[in-house]
Amino acid sequence: MTNAPTPSLAAAKQEPGSALGFYGVWLLAAIALIVLPLIFSSGGSLTSFCLIGIAIIFALSYNILLGQTGLLSFGHAVQYGLGGFLAVHVMNAVASHNWPIPLPVIPLVGGIGGMAFALLVGWVMTKRAGTVFAMISLGIGELVASSSLILRSVFGGESGITTDRTSLMPMFGWTFGPQIQVYYLIAFWVLVSAIAMYALTRTPLGRICNAVRDNPERVEFIGYDPHVVRYLAYMFAGFFAGIAGGLTAINFEIANSAYLGATQSGLVLFSAFIGGTAYFFGPILGAILVTYLQLGLTSVTSVWQLYFGVIFIGIVMFAPGGIAGILMKHRPLIRAGTLGTVIPSYLVAAIPTLAFALGIILTIETVARFSGGDVINLLGIPFVATAPTTWAAAAVLVVGGFLVARITWRRVAEAWDRAATVARDRGYLA
Amino acid sequence: MTAAIQVNAVEKSFGNVQIIRDLNLNVAKGERHAIIGPNGAGKSTTFNLISGHIKPTSGEIRLNGEVTSGLRPFEINRRGLSRSFQVTNVFARMTVWENVRCAVLWATGHRYAFWKNVDNLPEVRQRTAQILDDIHLSHRRDVPAGLLTYAEQRELEIGITIAGGASVIMLDEPTAGMSHAETERAVALIRRLTEGRTLVIVEHDMSVVFGLADRISVLVYGHIIASGTPEEIRGNPKVKEAYLGEEVD
Repeated sequence: MTNAPTPSLAAAKQEPGSALGFYGVWLLAAIALIVLPLIFSSGGSLTSFCLIGIAIIFALSYNILLGQTGLLSFGHAVQYGLGGFLAVHVMNAVASHNWPIPLPVIPLVGGIGGMAFALLVGWVMTKRAGTVFAMISLGIGELVASSSLILRSVFGGESGITTDRTSLMPMFGWTFGPQIQVYYLIAFWVLVSAIAMYALTRTPLGRICNAVRDNPERVEFIGYDPHVVRYLAYMFAGFFAGIAGGLTAINFEIANSAYLGATQSGLVLFSAFIGGTAYFFGPILGAILVTYLQLGLTSVTSVWQLYFGVIFIGIVMFAPGGIAGILMKHRPLIRAGTLGTVIPSYLVAAIPTLAFALGIILTIETVARFSGGDVINLLGIPFVATAPTTWAAAAVLVVGGFLVARITWRRVAEAWDRAATVARDRGYLA
Repeated sequence: MTAAIQVNAVEKSFGNVQIIRDLNLNVAKGERHAIIGPNGAGKSTTFNLISGHIKPTSGEIRLNGEVTSGLRPFEINRRGLSRSFQVTNVFARMTVWENVRCAVLWATGHRYAFWKNVDNLPEVRQRTAQILDDIHLSHRRDVPAGLLTYAEQRELEIGITIAGGASVIMLDEPTAGMSHAETERAVALIRRLTEGRTLVIVEHDMSVVFGLADRISVLVYGHIIASGTPEEIRGNPKVKEAYLGEEVD
């Protein structure tokens, strides 16, 4: 039966000829990073871009653990935060001694800080994967976060430790005072880190990380010690998390205990998961979306964290592959040219789904603002939280939206099956 | 000449239960050696002991003359022993190509390298392609291993086992659950791929055992009751009584 002619998966094959496409992607990314602040030049968007860039490095570093090696960490902010603290201390030392070290090198210091801590605690932590690793990472996270409030000389207590990024020697006339110069510094490190982390996945170590993720037991029988593999992955993750921490320290000119805490660790897990851990670019999408939502939602609603929770639950339940997983699911259909047959069913399903989502939003806001608060403004329509008409509208949207959406999504599934069958026949789907 | 595998007076207990009692086994270099025995005789435990998956309670195991009992599986693997598993044990989310390539990496000396592009290693690529060709899975190279058919997964299992170029190959029921035609294919594959190497095989299918093995050891209740050529084993009254019964004629 294995001799039966199987349509070759020509589409999925990685040939050396794709190198052009490979460099093309990074070149496009570089151009996008350069041009972005020229198009969106307001101060607000520049600040957002800086935060998103840092979040991208941080989320990608997290995915070295979760997506590549199968290690679920609840304390990744430790390396990020310690990188930030070390960067601040080194910046202050460089400034006071007038050492000839320019600011763009400082993120590397952060990286070394993150890596050094990983080197120190990693060997014990990575002995086992799974629940044991998750619990130890949580414990180390809490340990370091609480120590940061106690060891005042190193961490500066509640207020943290401040620095002045312009006090280092200028480079090419840049003092890094203006935000635009900081943006380009961050953009540079985003590009370098992303390329380095992608390259890491293409090395023997990177491939064995995947093998350890899939089946650590079997790895032992092909000559590798999964413990060493996990330890190395943990150090690389710590290194790039430290770079992100160093950039944050430069961006805010401060490092404080919040950098190290569980909230920060949760946020990066959240970004990587929403973006999709199975693909390299997944966490990039997640970091962009989560940072953007974080910045955007806080000005619209007081319960923005609640929406994060709802989104997270929704992704875990309905799209465990994250955004990248959803996108990549469509690739064979695009290649087979059958995507067009699915889109109409999507459009139909979008209407009740949107109604359902609006119903959920209206319900959440009604509860949140019942005992006082502004009038709810939903798509320009005002709703009063205490009015029974608002409750009725929310109920109709939630229940009606859900019932209709269920039917339409069934249609989507049918259309999908047909399109996938065609794609399979044409050899684009295994 | 030192034996490929020497098991000397090995005992293994789980709590109070003794699974392996005074196990002695000698496998000469280049030999095809089958271990047979009724269910629960300790065949898989013997495999796990020799490959380092579990450690003996007492006794000594040698690989090519070197003591390996007490070493970790990857240390034993690096000394030239590779094993397959009874239950398919592949890297499910990785492609067939990547499965085999991972098994080639250590043996080609690339170890934990994080400064080399894995796609630019000609030796690794050639060897991976050769093995895929050997196990007839070249046309499935880009399919995730988890999506292969059962028989294909069994072939990949053998491919991963031999990929590192180990001198001693241990196969744990390689044809379990296969149809007759698939079994014949698999036996031909095993015969060809283990040419010039030492093979230890656990198998229930007696036609496979007697067709493939140079020597056979019979394991009953964690103890080897007989060891010899297929003819000797066929004629051994103790074996007939304990295990083979009507199955061999």
